Amino acid sequence: MHSIPSVRTYVIIWAILTFMTFTTYGVAQIDLGPWNIVVALLIAFFKMMLVILFFMNVKADSPLTKLFAGAGFFWLILLLGQFFIDYLTRGWMPEGTMW
Amino acid sequence: MADTHSTVVEHSEHDPAAHSPHLRHHFDDMAQQFDSATLGMWVFLLTEIMFFGGMFGAYTVYRSMYPAAFASTSQYMNPLYGAMNTAVLIVSSLTMALAVRAARLGEQKALQLFLIFTMIFGLAFLVIKGFEYHEHWVDNKVPLFGGHWDYSEAPQFARQAQIMFCFYFFMTGFHALHMVVGLGLMTTIFLMARRATFSPAYFTPVEVSGLYWHFVDIVWIFLFPLLYLIGHTKKII
Amino acid sequence: MSTVLQDPRAVETPNYLNQEYGWQSWLFTKDHKRIAVLYIISITVMFFIGGIFASLIRLELLTPQGDLVNSDTYNKFFTMHGIVMVFFFLIPSIPATLGNFFVPMMIGAKDLAFPRINLLSWYIYIAGAAFALAAIVLGGVDTGWTFYTPFSSTYSNTFVITAAVGVFIAGFSSILTGLNFIVTVHKMRAPGMTWGRLPLFVWANYATSLIQVLGTPVVAITLALVGLERAFHIGIFDPAIGGDPILFQHMFWFYSHPAVYIMILPGMGVISELVTCFSRKAVFGYSFIAGSSLGIAIIGFLVWGHHMFVTGMSMYASLYFSIMTMLVAVPSAIKVFNWTATMFRGSISFDTPMLYAFGFIGLFTIGGLTGLFLGTLGVDVHVTDTYFVVAHFHYVMVGGMVLAYLGGMHYWWPKISGRLYPEGWAKFACLLVFAGFNLTFFPQFILGYLGQPRRYHAYAPEFQVLNVMSTAGATVLGLGYVIPLIYFLWSMKYGPKAGNNPWHATGLEWQTTSPPPTYNFETTPIVTEEAYAYHNYKETHVG
Repeated sequence: MHSIPSVRTYVIIWAILTFMTFTTYGVAQIDLGPWNIVVALLIAFFKMMLVILFFMNVKADSPLTKLFAGAGFFWLILLLGQFFIDYLTRGWMPEGTMW
Repeated sequence: MADTHSTVVEHSEHDPAAHSPHLRHHFDDMAQQFDSATLGMWVFLLTEIMFFGGMFGAYTVYRSMYPAAFASTSQYMNPLYGAMNTAVLIVSSLTMALAVRAARLGEQKALQLFLIFTMIFGLAFLVIKGFEYHEHWVDNKVPLFGGHWDYSEAPQFARQAQIMFCFYFFMTGFHALHMVVGLGLMTTIFLMARRATFSPAYFTPVEVSGLYWHFVDIVWIFLFPLLYLIGHTKKII
Repeated sequence: MSTVLQDPRAVETPNYLNQEYGWQSWLFTKDHKRIAVLYIISITVMFFIGGIFASLIRLELLTPQGDLVNSDTYNKFFTMHGIVMVFFFLIPSIPATLGNFFVPMMIGAKDLAFPRINLLSWYIYIAGAAFALAAIVLGGVDTGWTFYTPFSSTYSNTFVITAAVGVFIAGFSSILTGLNFIVTVHKMRAPGMTWGRLPLFVWANYATSLIQVLGTPVVAITLALVGLERAFHIGIFDPAIGGDPILFQHMFWFYSHPAVYIMILPGMGVISELVTCFSRKAVFGYSFIAGSSLGIAIIGFLVWGHHMFVTGMSMYASLYFSIMTMLVAVPSAIKVFNWTATMFRGSISFDTPMLYAFGFIGLFTIGGLTGLFLGTLGVDVHVTDTYFVVAHFHYVMVGGMVLAYLGGMHYWWPKISGRLYPEGWAKFACLLVFAGFNLTFFPQFILGYLGQPRRYHAYAPEFQVLNVMSTAGATVLGLGYVIPLIYFLWSMKYGPKAGNNPWHATGLEWQTTSPPPTYNFETTPIVTEEAYAYHNYKETHVG
């Protein structure tokens, strides 16, 4: 089995995660228009990566584990992306077109 | 048993030091058992990603369709509660990671201590959630269970806001359900730890429970911005 | 060891069937082979229940008028037929039965990675089936197996929640089976059993398991949302409050299209095994067939919108999904070409399993090609929601999957039961199934093209002749299903003993006794040759 991270590593990751939580909250107080949600989701994505790589130890895991961890999120993108192929293009045809 | 040809061997018949008492006989060795268990948990988490992901997808679609209505709900969401809950869960992930570490090192007291802390933080999360739900109930923003839904302050958004609150309660509700299951898991692991079940040679249940717990944390990491930080918290209406 | 007739009542070697007796040894078993048998019994029961509804449908459609039952009752017939057949027969069928039994054996393992989860998956299946049966007994559901909103979520007065709960629960059974297979194939292969030596049946089940794990949770949450909407009278998919019924369809078909690949991939895996054994030849293009299984699994997630071309989805999305639908046909075609090439210059024997394989290849090709017609936007506008669609999916699911299931059951029956089935009756039943199937469903292509809509209990009088043919075919088909049930049961007591390898096939499952011992192998096998190494065999025909 792989090496065991030190307590220090875990605490540092925790500190970064907590700091980023406050950042998310802070940025939400500022009006960035449509970019608010983009920034918030980017920060959330980064936090997720920290939890996965360090707390769940995927950084030290086998390529197989990394593949399965990545596959989940990739499949989520497939779901969301294909939903929006419909929803984002609905207004593109002129009024009165059959569908 | 009647079968004399099978390869099953009773424990009394072979050297007890030959393998861990926790080895299940369809496995060759503990390493294979551990690898299988962790891969199994990852595959299960894959299904959970798609389960929550379905809800995230639907929520995102409606939010893109009704941006103004969804933004109008932001004043009823308390980002401070949300941020507190996020912080609480992150700490619980820390203590969980430290618990798994303790199990791997055979530090029994530390293991039990960190499990207790994880459970305390998990419980704290649910308590804060409870306060939040109560506030929504008082504000008449609960479109379930009849009678506690009232959006007359912005009637042009009422119908779509109802969708938003439905998703809020379903998503946080399913998440809370997973937290409760997680607490059950932690209790079980804690009781096993008290009986000195775990050692550097066998700590699989702690490891896979940890993976589950971290996953539930990740779901919340995404729920927080999606549900609480919709519009910036200025009054829209 | 030989196939010489022996007194069936002679003392048998210890095996998984006779090692322990009593209901507790079955209901609390952890042996994947016993769990497979439990599943065989359960899905057979559900199959015949689904068949009863099919019979009622065909009975009503003998006459153009809706004179047997009213339209509401008819709606319940096709709904329950669909729900039972899709979720309680086809989805579990080969993986939970033949897959459960043979995937561990084929890779040289003693059991699946998680035997207790395997048993749990069966109990969960039974719980789901109980809810489905409850929905039937309480009065049925009339939404169609597709549960389209807002009818299912708001307006239907039938037992939607009961049925949805049953499907939700059965979904977890499917997820657990898939999870078990994935971990087993990754972690429990015997020494020397590399990925490139796996039997194609294992590859097929692995690809199926990926779909089960990635897709099923989405239909679970979708049905949960419908249930919550019904229970709390709130609107998620209700247009009256701004909900989008198309969103339900997106979420539903995100799973339900890959689900059809759950339903066909294991069958394709069986056909790979049958074609090589009964051609006495290594499969042509092993890596292409293995890769195409993965290809179907992945591309299958990119095509679901072809169920929604006329619903109000964006035209651009329709274009995208149509193109992807054309693409998904490619890996299926690769398989058909490779099986054909396998048979070329092979030494073909016409035993019953091979007859089913022939049937599969022909009928699946027809079904698959008509899928391409449906995937073409212009044609789909004309034939969608007609009997053309009904014929298409029955060609792939019955002409394909059910034939593969029957072929697999006949092929592996000697291993599962230790007995041989009667070949004469088996060939006869196979012929009935093939003839009955085509008589039932080919007219439906014509009916659909001519304009008979699906899910209607009445139709225009000029369609009656073809409908009568279809019902006659269904009768023959039903007989073809009942006969194997009878002789399989008969063979368990009176069939000749099978011996280890009556087909002289390659594969680890044939290297052990029939029936196998509880732990499958005396010692863990060590694999040294590629799959389907028929060139190493002295015998050139089954004899």
